[in-house]
Amino acid sequence: MSEINTGDTAWMLIATALVILMTPALGLFYAGLVRSKNTLNTFMMCLAALAVATVTWAAIGYSIAFDDGNGIVGGLGHAFLNGVTFEPRDGSTIPHLLFFAFQGSFCIITVALVSGAVVERMRFGPYLIFIALWSVLVYAVLAHWAFGGGWLIENGTLDFAGGVPVEMGSGFSALAAALVVGARKDYGRQALLPHNAIYVLIGAGLLWFGWFGFNGGSGFSTGNAGVLAFVNTLLAPASTLVVWFACDLIRGRKVTAIGAATAVIVGCVLITPAGGFVSPGWAMLLGGLGALPSYAIVMWRPRTRVDETLDVLAAHGMAGLTGILFIGFFAQTSWNGVSDGILYGNADQLLWQAIAVAVTPLYAFGMTFVLLKVVGLAMPLRVTEREEAVGMDVGQHGEEAYASGEGAILVTPEAGHEEEVLVAQPATT
Amino acid sequence: LKLVIGIVRPEKANDVLEALFRCEVRGVSLSRVQGHGGELERVETYRGTTVQMGLSDKVRFEIAVSDDFVDPAITALCDGARTGEVGDGKIFVLPLERVVRIRTGETDHGAVTPVRA
Repeated sequence: MSEINTGDTAWMLIATALVILMTPALGLFYAGLVRSKNTLNTFMMCLAALAVATVTWAAIGYSIAFDDGNGIVGGLGHAFLNGVTFEPRDGSTIPHLLFFAFQGSFCIITVALVSGAVVERMRFGPYLIFIALWSVLVYAVLAHWAFGGGWLIENGTLDFAGGVPVEMGSGFSALAAALVVGARKDYGRQALLPHNAIYVLIGAGLLWFGWFGFNGGSGFSTGNAGVLAFVNTLLAPASTLVVWFACDLIRGRKVTAIGAATAVIVGCVLITPAGGFVSPGWAMLLGGLGALPSYAIVMWRPRTRVDETLDVLAAHGMAGLTGILFIGFFAQTSWNGVSDGILYGNADQLLWQAIAVAVTPLYAFGMTFVLLKVVGLAMPLRVTEREEAVGMDVGQHGEEAYASGEGAILVTPEAGHEEEVLVAQPATT
Repeated sequence: LKLVIGIVRPEKANDVLEALFRCEVRGVSLSRVQGHGGELERVETYRGTTVQMGLSDKVRFEIAVSDDFVDPAITALCDGARTGEVGDGKIFVLPLERVVRIRTGETDHGAVTPVRA
């Protein structure tokens, strides 16, 4: 059994906190992208991931993902944190408990990502039930495949920080969720614009900051792989930004701010699977070239009938797929000490990256589709058209993001408030 | 020459605008207002504080039109804004004494959009 390393432990404590920050950051990013009447609901969907996914992760998700089992799912040996103690997990130098928390933060952010497909229309209750099931049946299973000893990692698929479970998992599930829940009632008829571009930019900035923990921590140590991934997390998104600026200039003659915020996310996603496996130079190429397919989907998707509202598929699904495939070409043993890509003579690596890219979207899409259909049988997934028009904040939470307080009458506790009454109602007799 | 004021639900403002444009009324101003017109009062809770919101957000259209366009404007407002539930809004029609188009100095019928003698 390996020894605890204090330096590694210190870094992983910080990295875990950095990843936890990404979920409220995503809340800001998403909240800025929706209309003002849906601000709180959109943020709450991310906050709900912190609540629900943490509990399901501790109860069963972690065990499904990381306990020994078969190639498809892990066992139940670690359910309810059984056996998760201060002793390090085999092959790591940090407490098992910390490893659990770090992996949990990944589950949380991934769950929150999926909400981008259903904002502005999905009821909050069914959403909570959906994410509880999704975090176990989709995320934990994919995490087992890619990280926890499942069939992909056993056959040599390389995924440094979650191109399979986090990025492709969320992106293709988002597509399924958008199809099952259906488009917003005004989609395609009215311009549905972001209400606060500054939230979007702050959110993107904080996400990038948190991503240094996400990728840099995925080496589980302060060793070379973590350092490489950390630096690549600076280089790749910067390249993506430059290319995105150029695309914006060519297309519309202006560089857009919300485009830039999107580019930051796309760049971080691109380098997520490849961070610890490719050289800094190739990371910059990945960030630059990899921007193009995501840019194309961002431009194309709103012309379709599919209201995948906040473009999770383009930013996460497509970019994650690109990153996973890129490893198959450009991985370099001299940098990662693990494996070469086809460019350095190892065709098998590309094969197994391609298999991951083929199977993951199918599982994520199919499972999410069925899951939401089943939840939809038990209860309506959407709010009424009228509530959608008035806004989710008032309808689902009884609060407004930008309440003025004018005309608000205090309801005193002892009087209690009467049932909602029609005031100035015409006399009935 | 009349001033048509329409107070409608904010979520219906786009529909109203579309309906107005369709009947060629292109001169409009729009402002966000708060008002009370007999609709259900929303109850909102912020931590321990529970309040009844006595005012609802509305959008107020102001449309100066020549007499021929009063009825089309009213029809457009009604078509665009009606949901059938309490809170759909009101339309007020007021006489106008004078209108001046600042750019050209044109007055009255020449100054409202659409121009109609």
